[in-house]
Amino acid sequence: MSEIFVLAEHRNGELRDVTFEMLSGARNLADKMGATVTAVLLGSGVNEMAEKLKSYANKVLVVDDPKLENFNAEIYQKVLSKLIKDHKPVVTLIGHTAFGMDLAPALAVELGLPLATDCIDLDAVDGRLVVTRQIYSGKVNAKVALKGDQFIATVRSGAFSIEEGALNGEIVTESVTIEDVPYRRFLGYEEAEVGEVDITQADYIVSVGRAIKDQENIPLVQELADVLGGVLACSRPVVDKNWLPKDRQVGSSGKIVKPKLYLAIGISGAFQHVAGMKDSGLIVAINKDPKAPIFNVADYGIVDDLFKVVPVLKEKIKEIKG
Amino acid sequence: MDIIVCVKRVPDTSEADVVITGKDIKKDDLPFEINEWDNYAVEEAVQLKEKFGGTITVISVGDEDANEVIRRGLAMGADEGVRIYDPAIEGSDGVTIAKILAAAIKNMKYDLILTGAQAGDLGEGIVPVALAEMLGIPHATLVTGLEIQDGKAKVKRELEGGLMEVLEIDLPAVIGIQTGINEPRYVSIMGIRKASKKEIKLLGLDDIGLTPEDVGEAGSLTVLEELSIPPVTKVAEIIEGDPAEAASKLAEILKEQGVL
Repeated sequence: MSEIFVLAEHRNGELRDVTFEMLSGARNLADKMGATVTAVLLGSGVNEMAEKLKSYANKVLVVDDPKLENFNAEIYQKVLSKLIKDHKPVVTLIGHTAFGMDLAPALAVELGLPLATDCIDLDAVDGRLVVTRQIYSGKVNAKVALKGDQFIATVRSGAFSIEEGALNGEIVTESVTIEDVPYRRFLGYEEAEVGEVDITQADYIVSVGRAIKDQENIPLVQELADVLGGVLACSRPVVDKNWLPKDRQVGSSGKIVKPKLYLAIGISGAFQHVAGMKDSGLIVAINKDPKAPIFNVADYGIVDDLFKVVPVLKEKIKEIKG
Repeated sequence: MDIIVCVKRVPDTSEADVVITGKDIKKDDLPFEINEWDNYAVEEAVQLKEKFGGTITVISVGDEDANEVIRRGLAMGADEGVRIYDPAIEGSDGVTIAKILAAAIKNMKYDLILTGAQAGDLGEGIVPVALAEMLGIPHATLVTGLEIQDGKAKVKRELEGGLMEVLEIDLPAVIGIQTGINEPRYVSIMGIRKASKKEIKLLGLDDIGLTPEDVGEAGSLTVLEELSIPPVTKVAEIIEGDPAEAASKLAEILKEQGVL
């Protein structure tokens, strides 16, 4: 029976959510393909993690080696390509994360296998993998078919919800001779600088996006945050342009926030941003593009120019709060 | 130090009402621009050249319109422009685009290759890492910090949750640039006009040793089957009225909802 490989992603000894999401998605795909699910766990001293994966997979394939302690795309690629050559899984799933993006394309090229990245859905049609991925910043879904009989796909974080596992996969340990990779050296992790404001602790967040246009306009939204008694946060482009510091960024590469009120101003709502704020209590969006994906997350919306709406909103809130 | 920067011309759909036509979207009315990630990559190259000297070659796969973003790169400070095109490349997937770039680049002289970590249109994030594998050199993608010293690159890769991975790789290497790594310089219309006098070298498939079968749908292992507008699962209640009215109504709603 064929196997679906799911590469377990972990950092500092913790399995990441995307691992369990992929294992949940893989179970459905396995049913359609008549395959089993194998969690592939590469690392050093990973017994505890292997135990946690058992209920989500038919098998947990472990390579435990000190050389795998920290993520090194090139070392992981060597081990994973060896496992894929030996076991011939029909599908290999890898997270579309900083980890997977640095690994999957090289792996696919080395093995000569088709690769679809950032998939939000996985389907099997006549034994082939057919994926759905989003293009044009989430405005279009593309269905992509993979040729051949072995496939690699990277899966977007949050694309599948985690379904509790009822399996009891056997843990199988393999040893792989790992060559040194002298041309790439892991030096360490570094935390982004921490400022004085912790946006994850705020009840009210006013968050601003690219449409604020200029650093000069930041005080406008800061004042709105002030009258609300909240803090000012932002989406990625605002940090990229240095208008606000990195610790104010909401999203997958920034902070995950769950305030009582999230007021998204001039934010289009890319999935990376939405991943950081979708669990907020009340979400309100102000954006002049009625098709902006943020309106599919928000409870209330105003389709208009933020520069016309925000000053009035600020005054009204001031009045109400007295 | 000789640097190659791979750039792509992409439509800006951020404020567009996207219309699907067959296996593509309607692009006639869309503004086009250099892929945002690539713009940071060009700036990074120019800053490295300012520090270490050497040359910058901007390379793009695409029809004549791609000259626009190559010229923009020249205006920012690149020395040479190369465009690769053949009608057969339409329908190439990300890995195949990397194959085309690799075929051209393997005959060029370089110490460093920069690309955007991904493109704003298709968002695959395949090219930098696939290209490195094909050229047999190290890579790192999602890079938000780059220091070159003694033939090595010390890079910071952006991970999730504000964490960074710091690593060192030997050169030559391919670095996939993440947005925010620098502040791309302003390019004036005059600058682009001046750069347009520079000849852009055009390479066909023959020139890079590929055949039409190696590229496009025939040469790709993934095939686009269908496009659709994503189903809407939730829609915000839109507060109507002119800006002042809408803002007032919103303030009332916030009060009713108990957040004020």
